[in-house]
Parts: sequence; structure tokens; C-alpha cells
Amino acid sequence: MSTVLASMDATFRERLWKKFIVLIPYLWLLLFFLTPFLIVFKISLADPLIAQPPFTPLFQKSVETGLSIYTTFDNYLYLFQDSLYLVTYINSVKLAFISTCFCLLIGYPIAYGIARSPQPTRNILLLMVVVPFWISFLLRVYAWMGILKTKGLLNGFLLWAGIIDQPLELLYTDTAVYIGMIYSYLPFMILPLYANLEKLDIRLLEAAADLGARPWKVFKDITLPLSMPGVIAGCLLVFIPAIGEYVIPALLGGADTLMIGRLLFDEFFMNRDWPVASAVAIVLLMLLVLPIVYFQKRQNQELLEQQ
Amino acid sequence: MNKRSKFIFSALCFGFAFLYVPILLVVIYSFNDSRLVTIWGGWSIRWYIELFNNDNILDAALLSFRIAAVSATFATIMGTLAGIALTRIRQFKGRLLFTGMIAAPLVMPEVITGLSLLLLFVSLQELIGWPGQRGINTITIAHITFSMAYVAVIIQSRLIDMDESIEEAALDLGAKPIRVLWDITLPIIFPAMISGWLLAFTLSLDDLIIASFVSGPGATTLPMLIFSKVRLGIAPDINALATILIVVVTIGVSIAGLVMHQQSKTKKA
Repeated sequence: MSTVLASMDATFRERLWKKFIVLIPYLWLLLFFLTPFLIVFKISLADPLIAQPPFTPLFQKSVETGLSIYTTFDNYLYLFQDSLYLVTYINSVKLAFISTCFCLLIGYPIAYGIARSPQPTRNILLLMVVVPFWISFLLRVYAWMGILKTKGLLNGFLLWAGIIDQPLELLYTDTAVYIGMIYSYLPFMILPLYANLEKLDIRLLEAAADLGARPWKVFKDITLPLSMPGVIAGCLLVFIPAIGEYVIPALLGGADTLMIGRLLFDEFFMNRDWPVASAVAIVLLMLLVLPIVYFQKRQNQELLEQQ
Repeated sequence: MNKRSKFIFSALCFGFAFLYVPILLVVIYSFNDSRLVTIWGGWSIRWYIELFNNDNILDAALLSFRIAAVSATFATIMGTLAGIALTRIRQFKGRLLFTGMIAAPLVMPEVITGLSLLLLFVSLQELIGWPGQRGINTITIAHITFSMAYVAVIIQSRLIDMDESIEEAALDLGAKPIRVLWDITLPIIFPAMISGWLLAFTLSLDDLIIASFVSGPGATTLPMLIFSKVRLGIAPDINALATILIVVVTIGVSIAGLVMHQQSKTKKA
């Protein structure tokens, strides 16, 4: 009898431990990750108010009507009426998309080259891709300010080399934003591509070559299709954060470089319009829901395959 | 060399030049004597001296290091639990939501995370009078939240690679699950926990946007200070600061690389 009780006690304690392992991170994420989004949604339905906090409450108490719920879609209507917001959303998608394409074009040959290098070199090259990632993002973007300035290093070099007679206007333009984006996000493209290309069975390429396929055909028909998962993972890892980017357009872009992350930041800190900022965030989230869900699905799939 | 390997070789050269020339230029120009940052005025270490006499920067750096150390530690604990939960506990209620909440912070734009956390803190303040003054506490909580997801992913992939039969053997021999976790699982994933901690530390040290949202008056982290300075243009003492950081990171990553190299060598032998 007592042994049965003891083992029951043991399984009970075991369950308790399992619960404990799941519950701590679960509750933390519920409180600090999920709830905040619900609050953003709630505030996006409120009116701005000059008060602390600067928005109307969801539940309103009054003598006549008792407790009532107050919501408004004015903020969303405002986003669609003022063409500034629409233009900004489109511009962000465009900037992120073109940057992603460039990252892919530059990153693919690099990842391929690393994956085909002999072993000691390969690890060193891989490490060299990772190092910039550990150096502050902010400082790496800042490094380009000195290069792209009108009296900066790039113009100095081009003038010295006699390629141009007049310094180019680079800093505070869209070009500078593109350069900053590609520079900052390139490692995010290279790493998943490398992870994929490294696993590629080289015998397939050799077989195709032996059977007389030209290098370009081997690449187009074998390497590229097989590396598609890496391409997709890399593109998502660049595209999704690039859309909401704030630092790069704020430091390298001009006043007319419209990006949604920057607009949200300014709406919040300069205009102090919390409800509109919340609505901007919700619409941005809508825009990203599809790619994010797709990214998660793929990640889970990959983990399952590993298992 | 044939045409193809020539192309790949030049792509590698171009790629790494693109990645490293800006960093090298910052390092070189941090030793520039001239106040006009991009005009060379001879070698000097005056910006380093100025940097170490700047109390604002030192205070901000100290604050950032404290937040990074605390948040990385909690993120590692929480992320490890999450990683174990995801790989070793096959079924529990709301597993799908849990996996979603672990993966989403990895790609969530920082402006959204920052805004939503601030609004949470403001609402909590209204509701229960906590967290009071925003600052170190709120930044630390925010950093734990987004970096624990990164730790969880690292732990998860390590646990999937790990040979589960060792744990099963211990369980079969009558060890209690908690003992198996403590004596077998944790020692094996310990290196992954270290890399998770380092990643969380770096992410926290690097974060500008989320900290800007959730911070209050009086708590200025290093990235916030740097940003407010460089927004107005190039600052020579920031070059010096960047150089110190670059040197530290390069040494750290090189050591990690060497250790990994040694480990793979001994494994083969």
C-alpha cells in the first residue's frame, strides 16, 4: 500500500515538475508578449487625449449610461484617408523587397563559395560572416555615415581617382538606405543559404556534369532548386525585419525616405499620438502576419525533419 | 582556375571587402587627430582620452552592461526551460500558441515590440501601480522577453541533436526525471546555454529601439546615447568607442572559434 502511494506521489511530483518547466516561460510570454499586442489593438480603437495616459479608456463610466465600451475606427480611417501612410507602407515594402533581392544576389555566391571551400578555410570564412553580427548594429550603420558623406571617404576616393569631378550626394538619400540595409542584413541571408548549400550532395552536380550538362544548366536545374529552402529562409529573415526598420532610414535616409518603422516612431515620440501609432503598428502587423506565419511553419517543419 | 571558380573567388573577395571595409575605416579614423572626422590629421589617441573622460558615456555603458548581464541570465534560464518544454514534453495545452510565441519575437519588428511593451507597462501602472518609474526594470523585462526566444531556439536545436537514449537509459534505471534533467540533460546542453547567454547579452547591449520605448527619464542606455549623438552627424569619440567594441568582439569570437576548432579535433581523435 505504502509503495503504491509513494509511486503515486512520485508521478504527481513528476507532473508538477513538467508543469513547472512549461508554465514559467509560458506565463512570461503570455504576460509580456501576447497581452501587449491586445493592448496595442485596444488603444488603436481609442481617441487621443491630452492626459496621462494620452488616450480615452475602453470602459467609460458615466452617471446616465452606466458602464459602456467606447471604441472608434477613426484612427484606421485616418490611415487610409491620409495618403502619407499608404505611400509609406508601399515604400517600406518596396525598400525591403529590393534590399532582399540585392542581399540574395550578393549573398548567394558568397554562401556557395564558403560551402565549397576546403575545411579550415570554410570555418574561418563562416566566422568572418558572423563577426559583424556581434558588432553593434547601430555602430555598423553609423560607419556608413562617414563613408557616404558629401565630404566623406567614398567621394574623396572617387574624386582622387578621377572617376567623378563633383562629389555625389549620397548620405540622406534612398541610395544610402539601400546600402545600409544590404550591408546590415547580408549575414542573415548568407547563414541560412550556407546551412542549406553545405548539405548539398556534390555527387549530383558531378553526375550532371559527367552527363554533359553545362555549368549554368547544372546550377539552374540542380543547385538552385535544391537550395530553395535556404533561399526562402534567407529572404524572410531579411524582408520581415527590413520592413519595420527604423535605425537605417533615421541615420542614412533623407527627410523624404518614408518608412513605416520611422513613421511609427515619430508618430509616437514627436506627435505623441498613441492611438494612431497603435493603428500604424496593427496595420504593419497585418502586413507581416502572412510572412511570419509562413516562417514559423517552415521552422517547425525543419525541426520535425531533424527529429 | 576555371571561369566559375574565378567568379566565386571574386564574389567572396567583394563580399568580405563590403563587410569589413566600413569597420576597418572606423578603426583607422578613430586614431585621427582631426576634429573633422573624414579629413586625416595625423595619428593620435585623443578621442580615446576624451572618451574615458566622458562621464555620460561611461555611465550609459555601465547601465547597459548591468541590464545586459541581468537580462541575459534570466533569458537563459527562461529560454532553456522553453527549449526543454518544446523538445521533451510532447503534449501540453496550448502547445501551438507556445511555439508561436517562441518563434514570433525572432522576426517581429522592434518598433512593434517596443510600442506594445510600453503600452503594457503604462496599462499595468494604471491597473496595479506597477512598475512605477520606467527605467532599468522595464528595459530588463523587455530584453528578457525578446532574447529568451533566441535562447530557446539554440537550446531546442541542441536538444534535438542530442542522443535521447542516454536520458531514457537513466529513466529506465530508475532515476527521477528531475535528476535526469539535472545530471544528464543540463550538463550536455551547458555549452548551448553559454552561447545563448552570450547572444542574449549582445542583443541586449545592442538594442536601441525597444529600450527607447520602454525607458523612462533618467535611464539612458549606451545605444540611446550613441544614437542621440550620431543623429546630429559623425562624432569622433564614437569612432573610438566603436573600435573598442570591435576589438573586444573580434577577440571573443576568435577565442570561441579556436575552442570550437579544438573540440571538433578532440572529438575526431
